[in-house]
Amino acid sequence: MMPSSFRATWRQLPWNWLGVAPFLIFAALFLLWPTLNIVTGAFFNADGDLTLQNLGNLFAPEILNAFSLSIRLSLASAVIGCLIGFAIALAVCLGGLPPGLRAATMTFSGVASNFAGVPLSFAYVATLGRVGFVTMLLRDWFGVNIYALGFNMISFWGLTMTYVFFQIPLMVLIITPAIDGLKREWREAAEVLGATNAQYWRMVALPVLWPSLLGTLALLFANAFGAVATAIALTGSLLSIAPILLFNQIRGDVLQDPHLGYALAFGMIVITGVSNGLYIVMRSRAERWMK
Amino acid sequence: MKRFWSCAAFGLGVCYFFLPLVGMLEFSLKMRRGSYSLDAYASVLGDPQFQATFAYSTMMALLTIVFGVLIVVPTVYWVRLKLPRLRPVIEFITLLPLVIPPIVIVFGYIRLFNTSSWLPLTGSSSGTNLLLMLGYSVLSLPYMYRAVDTGLAAIDLRTLTEAAQSLGAGWVTVLARVILPNVLVAVLSGAFLTFAIVIGEYVFAALLDRPAFGPYLVWAGGNKAYEPAALAVMTFALTWGCMALIQLVPRLFKHQRAQR
Repeated sequence: MMPSSFRATWRQLPWNWLGVAPFLIFAALFLLWPTLNIVTGAFFNADGDLTLQNLGNLFAPEILNAFSLSIRLSLASAVIGCLIGFAIALAVCLGGLPPGLRAATMTFSGVASNFAGVPLSFAYVATLGRVGFVTMLLRDWFGVNIYALGFNMISFWGLTMTYVFFQIPLMVLIITPAIDGLKREWREAAEVLGATNAQYWRMVALPVLWPSLLGTLALLFANAFGAVATAIALTGSLLSIAPILLFNQIRGDVLQDPHLGYALAFGMIVITGVSNGLYIVMRSRAERWMK
Repeated sequence: MKRFWSCAAFGLGVCYFFLPLVGMLEFSLKMRRGSYSLDAYASVLGDPQFQATFAYSTMMALLTIVFGVLIVVPTVYWVRLKLPRLRPVIEFITLLPLVIPPIVIVFGYIRLFNTSSWLPLTGSSSGTNLLLMLGYSVLSLPYMYRAVDTGLAAIDLRTLTEAAQSLGAGWVTVLARVILPNVLVAVLSGAFLTFAIVIGEYVFAALLDRPAFGPYLVWAGGNKAYEPAALAVMTFALTWGCMALIQLVPRLFKHQRAQR
């Protein structure tokens, strides 16, 4: 027979937590710990001493260039994706197009935003590569040889164009609910007060949509920044952007310093973390108008 | 005027999206000189390496789905029923795979589970397969969690649980025979999304050195001319199929319910 005090403590143990234990163990072992391990690795040297040297080494020109190229690439594809996606979302929500188009656009966006990675780069090579569909079309019909004009798929703008393919649908999917949140009363109120269409957009609609737009821009940025497969399939490992540099480092220690690899990974987490954080902050600000 | 601009914006979008799709379709049909043919597809389907890697990735996707359902459904159920305080924490954890780049996660795996570590998963091929499956479960966690969470929000968990328990059901019975059938539609939509993600995944498979479909795609891209376009068409059709099923499944089930 167990002593009663023991039995009482036994019963008071937080048994409820057992129900989430498998999930927490799984997340800790295969998500949190591996990430933390890389992060801490960035702050130690090979002898196990605490150091900031690895982060300092990130400012070597080779790595700085990779980060700068990555950031410019992600920013360009995010801004272009944002603008075109916003225009398409406005067109299908408010533009007076047949309502069936809207449902079709949303479904297509769901598919296209998931059509990234290796196959997407194949599609672009088949379209704008040296003997691609559009390249040939332009040459045979209009006499324009884009490769003679200096175009190249394995370049900044080639890669940006490819990224935009999955950025636009993501923008459409995220911004459409925000556009739907614009209440008809606001427009009517503005019109009653004598506002023109342009004034309504400048002083009412855009200020309301602003947090959503900025937040989605941050999300698209992070989305492009983490994309590795598309870039590898398109460029081999030629274009030195941060994720490709990290990929090569993991494969064969091209930096000749494992701890510099951890610092590189840490730098990537910081950038995607900050932009995702921005998205979350902006989304909660945008939700104030959605009630 | 407004209609003109919205037509222009929409037309631009259609061009942007359909040109690459048309381009890859056209290119994939050009293998035989002078006429359109399905030769590239025949060549792909007849390639034993394609068959092996595609089968491997399909198997991986199915295992990932099973594991994901086993880990996510009980957790969401339990948190909603007993530990609502914990919900923001769990939700935050499930969002992390979208924040942390996958390449960093797999980098951590290689460092943590190498042959000289306490859990040498990468030491054997079955261990690496297991690690890849767990990694894919992490990647699909945001989608699986959100799908199941939405599904469970729509049903009255407490009443269902109490009803089942008063009839003598244990926890496993409650989950497997009462809760799961009620959220099957949500689980399936999470499952199809998981399938679409896993089937063409490259970074995890390449860095863990597994014979999956993603690395095969990259290899084909570097070594073949027309086959990559055919592979892209097939992958796109597969993604499209998964998304179509996500849209279709709830309708099928609603129909069934109305008949009863």
